[in-house]
Amino acid sequence: MSLLLIVALPFLGALLPGILNSAGRQACAGGTLAVTLTALIGLISNIPDLMAGEVITQRFEWLPALGLNVTLMLDPLGAFFAALILGIGTLIIIYGRYYLSRNDNMGEFFTYLLLFQGAMVGIVLSDNILLLLVFWELTSLSSFLLIGYWKHLPEGRQGARMALTVTGMGGLAMIGGMMILGQIAGSYDLSVILQNREAIQSSDLYVPALILILLGCFTKSAQFPFHFWLPHAMAAPTPVSAYLHSATMVKAGIFLMARMWPVLSGTPEWFYIVTTAGLITMVLGAVIALFKHDLKALLAFSTVSHLGLITMLLGTGTAFGVLTAVFHILNHATFKAALFMSAGIVDHEAHTRDIRRLGGLRHLMPITAAIATVAALSMAGIPLFNGFISKEMMLEETLETQLFGPHWLVPAIATFGALFSAAYSFRFIVHTFFGPKRDDYPGHPHDPNKGMWFSPALLVTLVVIIGVAPFLVEPLVKTVAGAVLGGVYAVPDYHLAIWHGFKPPLYMSMIAVAGGLILLAMHKGAQAAWDATPRPEAKTIFEGIIAFFAGLAEKITATLHDGAFTRYAAILSLTITALAGHAWMTGNSGGRVFEPQPMTEVALLGWVALVAATLFLVFKHRDRLVALILMGIIGTVVSVGFAYFSAPDLAMTQISVEVVTIILMLLALNFLPDVTPAESSAGHKLGNAVVAVLGGLGAAALTYHLLLGDFVQNSISEYHLANSYKGGGGTNVVNVILVDFRGFDTFGEIIVLGIAALVIYALTETLLNGPVRARLLNRVPDKPLAGDRHPTMMVVLTRIMMPVVLLVGVYIFLRGHNEPGGGFIAGLVVAIAVVMQYMASGFAWASDRQRYPYHGIIGAGVLAAGLTGIGAWFTGHEFLTSSFGYFRIPPMEKFELASAMGFDLGVFLAVVGAVMLSLESFSRLARRAHVPDSDYPMDIDPSREEETPNQEGAA
Amino acid sequence: MELLVASAIGILTAAGLYLAMRLRTFPVIIGMSLLTYAVNIFLFASGGLTVGAPPILSDATTYTDPLPQALVLTAIVISFGMTAVVVVIALGAYLGANDDHVNDLDEKEGQA
Repeated sequence: MSLLLIVALPFLGALLPGILNSAGRQACAGGTLAVTLTALIGLISNIPDLMAGEVITQRFEWLPALGLNVTLMLDPLGAFFAALILGIGTLIIIYGRYYLSRNDNMGEFFTYLLLFQGAMVGIVLSDNILLLLVFWELTSLSSFLLIGYWKHLPEGRQGARMALTVTGMGGLAMIGGMMILGQIAGSYDLSVILQNREAIQSSDLYVPALILILLGCFTKSAQFPFHFWLPHAMAAPTPVSAYLHSATMVKAGIFLMARMWPVLSGTPEWFYIVTTAGLITMVLGAVIALFKHDLKALLAFSTVSHLGLITMLLGTGTAFGVLTAVFHILNHATFKAALFMSAGIVDHEAHTRDIRRLGGLRHLMPITAAIATVAALSMAGIPLFNGFISKEMMLEETLETQLFGPHWLVPAIATFGALFSAAYSFRFIVHTFFGPKRDDYPGHPHDPNKGMWFSPALLVTLVVIIGVAPFLVEPLVKTVAGAVLGGVYAVPDYHLAIWHGFKPPLYMSMIAVAGGLILLAMHKGAQAAWDATPRPEAKTIFEGIIAFFAGLAEKITATLHDGAFTRYAAILSLTITALAGHAWMTGNSGGRVFEPQPMTEVALLGWVALVAATLFLVFKHRDRLVALILMGIIGTVVSVGFAYFSAPDLAMTQISVEVVTIILMLLALNFLPDVTPAESSAGHKLGNAVVAVLGGLGAAALTYHLLLGDFVQNSISEYHLANSYKGGGGTNVVNVILVDFRGFDTFGEIIVLGIAALVIYALTETLLNGPVRARLLNRVPDKPLAGDRHPTMMVVLTRIMMPVVLLVGVYIFLRGHNEPGGGFIAGLVVAIAVVMQYMASGFAWASDRQRYPYHGIIGAGVLAAGLTGIGAWFTGHEFLTSSFGYFRIPPMEKFELASAMGFDLGVFLAVVGAVMLSLESFSRLARRAHVPDSDYPMDIDPSREEETPNQEGAA
Repeated sequence: MELLVASAIGILTAAGLYLAMRLRTFPVIIGMSLLTYAVNIFLFASGGLTVGAPPILSDATTYTDPLPQALVLTAIVISFGMTAVVVVIALGAYLGANDDHVNDLDEKEGQA
């Protein structure tokens, strides 16, 4: 089966449990199982090729510019882990089916589990390290969901959060490390990186890369000092603990160390960091595990310890170490998953995992007791079980390892760790299953049904088979070890066997087992001593650190973001000015400098008008109506300026936007106070003025410099000028740019404009349906209203103007392609014509005569523009490519038809709709219930004979 | 000529910034509109100042740079949309709370 399919199957299959959930638990678990089994079979179908020594790869370009491609690779190491993930996954699904109670949402659980499974398979099959990182983060996220599956348990939520924080931070560090590695090797493909051992190890960046990657591995695989999250993650349902926290996810870090082993290992840095961390973790985990009362906590710390063991083996940097590590990964996965499942069975049946409340269970649940005993004996390192063989190999490896002190130090520490390991394994067996039957179990313990013990039973069968006949798995272990070694060293010529003669490792094993038994006998006293010893509690420290950072973040936020908009504005202006100032002082502008053009009287006149209006506005801004009038003047001068400097389109746009903006502001001012009260102190004003003047000086200096300097790069405008007529069929280059060259931009912009208008509409609706409505209805105008709300003169004038303005709009629209004009300007002009009707005859009158809702007009505009763009597809061109032609209908002159016109029509409609919807929304706020809507266009109509309507408000 | 445009932009920016730092919504909106003018003129000016050479193809030999014009044209229209949204938010806040301060009232800055 294609590798991509194997990775994709769990992700696709993650949809199944949710769908099948309503079809019953059997269907739900069955569907999940089918997905995993299919992927497993797909994996197995690749094994023959692997056996032939091939490495199967598959490659799809994804983002080649970033070096991020979907490249998958299946080598023996990847296949080994993938088989573990899918194989144990299968067993876990069977177990989980019976473990989950009827109150648990099984669909949700299996969806998360499949997501996790897909992510894990993705990690081990990735050939691209960036892709690997994506999957890596996905495992963190999906494990977060799984740990926190029982959302009602605070420990579950806290544990999930802690796991995500720790592994997430490690993941971030690893991204950095991988980036460095990719930079050194010149490729993000693992297959290339693995060929570059020399280049990577001699690079100056080797140590930072190593440390960052190891941070990722250590956090994921719970190595000291990041081991503390794993026990807290045990709040998860037991299938999750068995799957993620013993067999798969925590081995992701180990996997990565193994994967990167050929390029990263063998240096003193690797040796000291990895071996030391592994050794400490191994001993620390074993010691703590002995004194835990919760079965799952005991197993969690024992997992920490065993992961430490594997890490240490990888750290030694020898071929034998790798061989042993691979073998122990296999062994640990079998016995530890079985142990977790047994612990889960005990918990499920006895309703407690507290070892102090258990004991004597072998009488009540013999099958479970047998399974757990075999698995635990393997964990203790007893002969005939697989744990014994790999543990002895580990002890042998330590004899060759010298770290810091004398050469007996590492073996001694390892034996010490093995001793505790034996002790907690014995304690697990004896305190849970042996001893007299008790009568105070919280539940009624008995063996569960087959479905639940099938999975652990299968695993312990493997434990025994491998333990008795290790030569069966020898080819497998050696092939995988060969893949890890990557040709740096040859696979050692060593035979996996129970008996290697009377050699030091055997004595060390014997010491460990005997010591373990003695320790168990003395457990009561040791436990008391342990409880009396003060220890740093990792959870407290972790929470303290989190609280510290949360507090710090809060403080910084509260200081910077204190709700005072004025301050933000000041800080922002100052920062930008300072940055610009820095650039000004240090940067090199280069380039040619032009002579300034001579000043003209017209320009000077405009400047004086603009400056006068602006200054006047600043000093008179408290009177809001005056401020608006001055704004209008400034806008007009700006528009004239555009016209003066050869931008007729801009001038027309600016002047028409100015009109609608002023109308909009007037509508708003209708509700806002007329005067801005004087509140700022003189000092405050002075401060603001200084900031403002600094910013203004900066802007002026920047502009002056820009105007006199030459372009740093050649402008693309030449292209536009040259191709406007040839390619776009229009002589108005600005319009051709808008509807053709940069049509996609414009398309986006009319959508933005439409959205803005819809936002305004929505906000208005919200206001009108909320408590504000009552206030609006009861509002008493603060100024006397005009006696004649709809003056005859205005009504008559706007009515006459309407067709004229519409004609102008059509004219501007049509000529747009070749002369100043176009959809934007035409839209604004037509909107103004319509607004005039509202102003003259009132909202109700006008909207009664408005046949199409403005939302629809916006939508029609966007649709027209989009369809015009799509039209290009039918002629085999790309989206928005325009075509044009010249036609002549006899009595008229030759004229041009361009597809861009359809696009411009869309722009036109969107602009009309957006402007009108905004203004209409504002005026809806002004409608008051107790003012009757007039049926007539004007209040006083000389041609009407009846009584004029009530003119309230005149008083 | 360049000095005129540059100083006009500077004055518009300064006035815009000063008004944007006022305490009520309305002057802040006016200030932002002034900043919009300044930014639009700045963008437009980046194409250089040319008198009497609009980018309408004819027999002429020189044309002003059309690209900044196209960019500013949409910017002007969009800024209308933006102003309208800000105004409706300001209006909603004022109608809802009968207060048009831009700063949080809890602030003890002595400005509120």
